[in-house]
Amino acid sequence: MRKLMSNRLVVPAFLALLVVALAFVMPSNFYFRVAALVWISALAVIGLNLLMGFAGQVSLGHAGFFGLGAYSVAILPAQFGLHPVIALIAGAAGCALLAFVVGRPILRLKGHYLAVATLGFGILVSMVISNEAWLTGGPDGMPVSRLTLFGWRARGADTWYWITGGLMVVGALLAVNLVASPTGRALRALHDSEVAARVVGVDVARYKLIVFVISAIYASVAGSALALVNGFITPDAAGFLHSIQLVTMVVLGGMGSILGSVVGAAVLVVLPQVLTVFHEYEHLMLGFMMMAFMILLRSGIVPSLSTLIAGRRA
Amino acid sequence: MSVIKVEEIGISFGGVKAVDHVSFCVNEGDVFSIIGPNGAGKTTLFNLVSGVYQPKFGKVFLEGADVTGLEPQVLARRGLSRTFQNLQVFFRMTARENVMVGRHLKEERGLLAHLLALPATARQNRESAASADVYLERVGLGAYADTPASAMPYGALKRLEIARALAAEPKVLLLDEPAAGCNAVETEEIEKLVRKIADEGTTVVLVEHDMKMVMRISDRVHVLEFGKTLAEGTAEEVRTHPKVIEAYLGTHGSKEAAVALG
Ligand SMILES: Nc1ncnc2c1ncn2[C@@H]1O[C@H](COP(=O)(O)OP(=O)(O)OP(=O)(O)O)[C@@H](O)[C@H]1O
Ligand SMILES: [Mg+2]
Repeated sequence: MRKLMSNRLVVPAFLALLVVALAFVMPSNFYFRVAALVWISALAVIGLNLLMGFAGQVSLGHAGFFGLGAYSVAILPAQFGLHPVIALIAGAAGCALLAFVVGRPILRLKGHYLAVATLGFGILVSMVISNEAWLTGGPDGMPVSRLTLFGWRARGADTWYWITGGLMVVGALLAVNLVASPTGRALRALHDSEVAARVVGVDVARYKLIVFVISAIYASVAGSALALVNGFITPDAAGFLHSIQLVTMVVLGGMGSILGSVVGAAVLVVLPQVLTVFHEYEHLMLGFMMMAFMILLRSGIVPSLSTLIAGRRA
Repeated sequence: MSVIKVEEIGISFGGVKAVDHVSFCVNEGDVFSIIGPNGAGKTTLFNLVSGVYQPKFGKVFLEGADVTGLEPQVLARRGLSRTFQNLQVFFRMTARENVMVGRHLKEERGLLAHLLALPATARQNRESAASADVYLERVGLGAYADTPASAMPYGALKRLEIARALAAEPKVLLLDEPAAGCNAVETEEIEKLVRKIADEGTTVVLVEHDMKMVMRISDRVHVLEFGKTLAEGTAEEVRTHPKVIEAYLGTHGSKEAAVALG
């Protein structure tokens, strides 16, 4: 049992089961749609958690990559007739390159300075998207053409539920693999002590860059998925508030927890839907609940609950 | 042949000459100790030699090659590793994982293989874990392998740092006060361990305040005071050196220092 629990594949397997099981209890299309939005956010949050939770580097600009991924599947098919899947891959590759170029100077910074620099990057991207209206439709956004695969049109909330759920599970699988590898150990090590990692040969600058690029790819793919699901995209996807939301999901679910990434995404996507029953007090309630979560479960929902459960058992 | 040679090295912090024109050579397989009162510049000297600080002047040679100003990870590749006076442990990892990070340079680093968890990566993980266990045994921490570092006692963490550094298979190992804060039994264990490491061919540069230990295990001793070299020689030569006695009695005046120095 212990051995089973410590296996890194438990979490992706559980998530895959969750995606399948939930599909059977979804009462309506609306629920499928909300769940698809959870899977998309979770994908971006898993990537950001690799950067923040494992390597300990903050980014307040990750919605920038999310937005670029989203606009890639909007613009590239419309302007150049690229297939959306090719556009998604091109967007991810572009974001990887951009993260590589921006990351080199930015990742030398630490703590608050890194936070402000990544914040600036995110704002820059969302400004460009808002201002280049000829290409992006400006603040009003732009439509995204439908995804067609081998003559089959992807439409309907349940179809997108499966596609995004699949992407999220694959993202979780790659993430747990990485964490348990030599690269993952180097990332976790530099989080705790950069100097100790360096004296045993870890090229700290290189590993920070690697994880920054990987997390940018996660965000970009998630952004592309959102654009395809919604069939429409606005600059909000790349905006500052969205960056903050992604970071909040990481912290709320649990830094350094892949399962926590999904839980954090689920809470912040689902909770506002549930809280609409409070009408004008909706945002007030959301704020209170987030504060309560952090006060009661201070290392994030999943890590705090698992220590609590482990403590009970012992 | 001298494995490590330091020539006229120095650095200052806001006018304080923390290390000032210090030179020494260390022979292969020796235990070379650097002693001196608090604030003498011992840790700063380690930081200069291991690439953590850039020297303002002077040079460092490793196996005859000029390595001045190279970064720590580059020096690690060339066979230099170290431990820290103020603990630098990976607290979010288990003892075994800490030492596995020490195997970093021996590991396959293909990113795609890591993401896909290819069989080669699984094999690599097993190999690193197995050799980490060997190093943990060597420093007497075998029982702690699965313990999170954050739950280990201080003395064990000091030895964990040594295991991690050893796992990198260095030619030169810098140990900054490995016995600080350890009880008599632990100190004796560390002394034996340092002796064993040197006997197996790894050159050890040691900073340590426990004079009894220093005098027993050092092949040579280098004395610093206010960033400058005060004396160098065998343990016996240094112990009876008038300037050294004066420095220890003068600045500390402690009986212990007098007794230890003889
Ligand atoms: N990064 C730094 N910035 C400013 N001053 C420093 C720095 N590092 C060391 N110093 C100063 O350099 C001098 C030497 O310090 P160092 O830590 O090397 O002494 P030490 O011999 O290791 O002492 P101890 O036995 O207490 O460990 C001290 O005056 C210290 O305040
Ligand atoms: Mg010191």
